[in-house]
Amino acid sequence: MSYTSQHLQKHIQPDVLEEVVQHIKTSKSDCILQAEVIDSEMVVVARRADIVEMLYFLRDDAQCQFKILVDICGVDWLGREGREQERFDVVYHLLSVAKNLRLRVKVHVAEEESVPTATDVFSSANWYERECYDLLGIPFEGHPDLRRILTDYDFDGHPLRKDFPLTGKVEAYYDEKEERVAYKPLDMPQEFREFDKTSNWQGVSGNMVLAEEDNVFDEDEFKNT
Amino acid sequence: MNEIVQQGEAQLQEGLRDNGYLMTTVEDVVNWARAGSIWPMTFGLACCAVEMMHAGASRYDLDRFGALFRPSPRQSDLMIVAGTLTNKMAPALRKVYEQMPEPRYVISMGSCANGGGYYHHSYSVVRGCDRIIPVDVYVPGCPPTAEALIYGLIQLQKKIKRTPIFEKQDTKAQYAYATGEEKPYSKDEMHVG
Repeated sequence: MSYTSQHLQKHIQPDVLEEVVQHIKTSKSDCILQAEVIDSEMVVVARRADIVEMLYFLRDDAQCQFKILVDICGVDWLGREGREQERFDVVYHLLSVAKNLRLRVKVHVAEEESVPTATDVFSSANWYERECYDLLGIPFEGHPDLRRILTDYDFDGHPLRKDFPLTGKVEAYYDEKEERVAYKPLDMPQEFREFDKTSNWQGVSGNMVLAEEDNVFDEDEFKNT
Repeated sequence: MNEIVQQGEAQLQEGLRDNGYLMTTVEDVVNWARAGSIWPMTFGLACCAVEMMHAGASRYDLDRFGALFRPSPRQSDLMIVAGTLTNKMAPALRKVYEQMPEPRYVISMGSCANGGGYYHHSYSVVRGCDRIIPVDVYVPGCPPTAEALIYGLIQLQKKIKRTPIFEKQDTKAQYAYATGEEKPYSKDEMHVG
């Protein structure tokens, strides 16, 4: 409650939220792992296998009418305590214009597991799922056209995974001989540096050693060039 | 200063009145024409493009320098790389550059185009558009102001005016340097300010 702005508070009726959550809970108890109101926001955790059934219900039920799928997010919880097996979350954001309600549906996914596609329920899920697959590598079972949507053609890896290197693995350059834009293995002359903004004295934290190494004058390096 | 101008004007009038023609070099005339009508290709990639639009709009008015934005690379002399160049965009940028007729010039506008800038360590961004195409003028800033871009354009005009037109330009050597295949230019070959 405390995190919501006062402006929004006027439009939210906590009783209604509890009512709707209770309604979803009682109607679809076999699909749901958890359902509650947190900070005036409805959160439902569904079983992975039952997500399509769940979304059909939320869309068509007279008391819900969540007819708009606003977004599908993926979350990488690499090494999350207690649930190491369930590495990813897939989060569906729903909007009910008729009831003026918003709902968040979560699904826990392990690595190498796939999620049933929501394209049959919401056609907008098509590109959202492609994005989720592209950036996190979560496959969606039954998707009509599951390929990358944002990253480069022939891109290797899924950049929003926590174990993906920030700088990537290759870099683009123009190959004069082949007369085309090509890729070569990454060559970063300067290491990424973390800046400690809270300290007046320690500008750079983390890899200070590298920063010092860069400042050393290497005579041979100059001779060669 | 005023006297010199008056003197020059007098000479000009005299030459035209008495002879009906003026004497100069072909190089000067060609370079004067080239520098006076640089048509930039509209190539906005990110927020720098907004600043480029400011330079083109009524307050700063690039038209005063004979610069008209063209929607086609076939009609352009200059490409202003205004914004972050991503890996996915790089082949398209190269293609558009190659579609431009020679002589062609490139202004790299802003930190991202100059060297990756804010996104230098990103997995999807080219660390400087000079890895893809040869650049004539680098305009620093994030984003550079419209004044800065115009200053860059004036620098380019100056460069064009002192370029010998009867010499073939060695763009290949620039690439070799950029890709690290050959050693950089010696001091004599480098142009100085």
